[in-house]
Amino acid sequence: MSEQLPELKDAIALGLTEAEYELVCEKQGSPPNQVELAMYSLLWSEHCAYKHSKNLLVTLPTEGPAVVMGPGENAGAVDVGDGLICAFKVESHNHPSAVEPFQGAATGVGGILRDIFAIGARPIAVLDSLRFGEIETSERSRYLLERAVAGIGHYGNSIGVPTVGGEVYFEGPYEQNCLVNAMALGLGPRDQLMRSAAAGVGNVVLIYGASTGRDGIGGASVLASAELGEADDDKRPTVQVGDPFEEKKLMECSLELLELGLIVSLQDLGAAGLTSSACEMASKGEVGIDIDVRKVPLREADMEPFEIMVSESQERMLCVIEPKDVDAVRAICDKWEVSSAAIGEVTETRLMRIYSGAELVGEMPVEALVDDCPIYDLAPQKPSEPLYSPPIARLDRSAGLAEALLALVGSPNVASRRPLFEQYDPIVQSRTVRRPEQADAAVLALPNGSALAVSIDGNGRRVAADPYRGTLGVVLECASNLACVGAHPLGTTNNLNFGNPEKPHVAWQLTEAVRAIADACTALEAPIVGGNVSLYNEGASGPIYPTPVIGMVGLLPDATRAGRLGFAQEGESIALVGPFEPSLAASELSKLRGEPLPDELPEVDIEAVRDAQAAVRGAVRDGLIDSAHDIAEGGIVTALAECALAGSIGAAIEIEAGEDAWQACFGEAPGGFICCGHATALAQLGERTKVTVIGKVGGERLEIDLGSEKIELGLDELRLQHRALESVFQ
Amino acid sequence: MKTGILRFPGSCDEVDAQLAAALVGDTVLLWHGDRDLQDVDAVIVPGGFSYGDYLRAGAIARFSPVMESVIEFAGDGGLVLGICNGFQVLCEAGLLPGALLPNANRRFTFRQVELEVVEGDTKFTSACPPGELLSIPAKHGSGRFYADEATLNQLEEDGQVVVRYRPEQNFNGSLRDIAGVRNAAGNVFGLMPHPEHAVDALTGSTDGLRIFESIRSAVEGAHV
Repeated sequence: MSEQLPELKDAIALGLTEAEYELVCEKQGSPPNQVELAMYSLLWSEHCAYKHSKNLLVTLPTEGPAVVMGPGENAGAVDVGDGLICAFKVESHNHPSAVEPFQGAATGVGGILRDIFAIGARPIAVLDSLRFGEIETSERSRYLLERAVAGIGHYGNSIGVPTVGGEVYFEGPYEQNCLVNAMALGLGPRDQLMRSAAAGVGNVVLIYGASTGRDGIGGASVLASAELGEADDDKRPTVQVGDPFEEKKLMECSLELLELGLIVSLQDLGAAGLTSSACEMASKGEVGIDIDVRKVPLREADMEPFEIMVSESQERMLCVIEPKDVDAVRAICDKWEVSSAAIGEVTETRLMRIYSGAELVGEMPVEALVDDCPIYDLAPQKPSEPLYSPPIARLDRSAGLAEALLALVGSPNVASRRPLFEQYDPIVQSRTVRRPEQADAAVLALPNGSALAVSIDGNGRRVAADPYRGTLGVVLECASNLACVGAHPLGTTNNLNFGNPEKPHVAWQLTEAVRAIADACTALEAPIVGGNVSLYNEGASGPIYPTPVIGMVGLLPDATRAGRLGFAQEGESIALVGPFEPSLAASELSKLRGEPLPDELPEVDIEAVRDAQAAVRGAVRDGLIDSAHDIAEGGIVTALAECALAGSIGAAIEIEAGEDAWQACFGEAPGGFICCGHATALAQLGERTKVTVIGKVGGERLEIDLGSEKIELGLDELRLQHRALESVFQ
Repeated sequence: MKTGILRFPGSCDEVDAQLAAALVGDTVLLWHGDRDLQDVDAVIVPGGFSYGDYLRAGAIARFSPVMESVIEFAGDGGLVLGICNGFQVLCEAGLLPGALLPNANRRFTFRQVELEVVEGDTKFTSACPPGELLSIPAKHGSGRFYADEATLNQLEEDGQVVVRYRPEQNFNGSLRDIAGVRNAAGNVFGLMPHPEHAVDALTGSTDGLRIFESIRSAVEGAHV
């Protein structure tokens, strides 16, 4: 151990403030040494301690009839019947992906998968939520998109977990700070559910998986908890490198160990590596842990103790086991060709003691490390000036309605995602009932004939226009997607991607968004079971659009009745369903026209939307209707085009446009659905919610009669536009 | 009938293959480190990324202990089906002709493809009605079938090209649209698309089931 103690300037370089450093000295009783400072700086980082968001997160609803495990564990879990649970969580890997998109995105998937199997569930699905700058004008954004998608595919495909859904949007404010959020679901027996609290004084702490190297040192503090700047290429060594083959073995090995009941508690090594994992386990178990860093299998022999403690090398797990089981556990690890080493012991000291051989190189109270980080109140203030400059206009005001529809269908935010999702395996594990572009939500069959449905959503532009109502729309859209396949929500996960919370306007966005998530999740009875916060997402030109990403998991009783989005049969009726009040405020059309963001969005009637969802859900479950699609970006006409393209069949529609045909065609709002079915079935649905029959399925054209004007387009014309993203991947 | 499905570290579709094979008989997973094939009647080398596909897809798996037994089993006339990565392994092991190169588009690609059954009287396709098309998903990064001209001509002449991609369906750039081939003796068959992912209407099509039914007929016919 170097004798020279680090000083305040070293603490500041590691991301601590002066006051926080002084508090560390007070907790330790003396200035911390290098190992101790490294560990405090990570555990007291925003990424680990949630110090700017904790006070908000406690306001979220976390309880509900299906909730088995709420926030605080590696992932949340809900009961799905017959002794099975579904574990799920979304997490971000934004800054690593902005620096090195392939590895950043790949290890984002790797990290979220470990969270799932750490609680004893086999990962069964991955979804992703991506944000980049304008790919039509930014070469860098095209590069980031292409490499991030390749990274997600590389990891998910190689490990045998299907990527079943996702979403991607392109907006200027993400130019310097892209977002890569990954969500995973797992399925496991309820009685195998594993918690991370260390238990049993004298029990052995064992690390298994990949060996530990110098990659990812300081990732949580230096990269994840600060704004991105000009010279960020220098931070590339703080990005971890993933190996899906290692993770595949690690996953199978972990699941076998859990099935054999050999593990007392389990935790993955993610941000802040061994430091975070060991301290979290000790804290939750109200025990202490001794670790000898010389026993950790290393990739590079000459690593310093602090480097071993903070390394973010991927594909590693930490478990507590009984001494009698060490040989059995190591034999399973050997079978899977996974290296393992007993590196420590559970103690009653409530201290983290780090040894290098016989030498004590760090000693810290667990409570000080995990619980005593200062929590900051935000100082939210609504900005008096617009925060974001208007987008560049791409659609002339003189354009007609048909031209606008083609522009919308071909705009990067609406165009088919096929060039992305066909790089992912959506079917491995033989459970996928609805693949991407077949329905609004992915559907995964369960053994008893029921099915899980899952959707992930976000809409930064609308949240930027009105953080509260915009976020309500995001949560409601997720539930609408579930309703379209016939599922009711069981639980929700969220990833709060925001700028620097120390700035009042970002604090205001964050506060309003969390308030909306709480209100919507309460009304929908879709409690939050876990999530993640990613702050400091801004570059020199300002913050990203505030981007709460919502992932929702639901259940439908009969997998064979899972809904589809495409029009089904010639001659069937088409209806607009639900309390839909379209507005062009912050819509996709207003973006194409280059309009500045409005100051607010129209009011949202949460209960009315919820009731419409219940009606659509019921109709899908009863087999009453043959298609259901939620109206989102681009409004009702864009939704009709999507239904026609998905079903490869046209439609003839009449819409009462009222005073503003543009608003009627392209206005957006929560609560609207396009459903098709027999006229009598739609009339029955009309007894449950507002239903307006607007046309019939048939032909090879989309014809929309607005009274004074008409849109007439062939499906082939629409399809050509819809394939716009293919050019990025050629 | 009992089908053995190999399991390498990095296999991904072995349980899917097991589910499909279970529709026509008994099944057992065979660990890569074991030489005992447990008296199976047929072997499936499944999809995935055996040994991480390091070096080259299938290149390491072909040296595993279980593959030594499979090579011997095939030499004795045992039925062996290689799917996707399994096809790559069988080519690497010399049990099937040709090689699978990285896709022409250089990307892992998932697509539901239509296959033409070129040879309907093989041990793997006898249950396919003549002229029937199979709608089966394909998903791989290295699926471009390659062999030299002389070999391609010989394969076609000898009826070893079993399934072809229909026009417009050959996304990986396989020579002569070849999606799957058999060996000269007719007891080893490999294809890139995944018949085991097309055995249940709930999750897609049921066209892949024909392949498994054909294997059952071949095994049960041999037992009679």
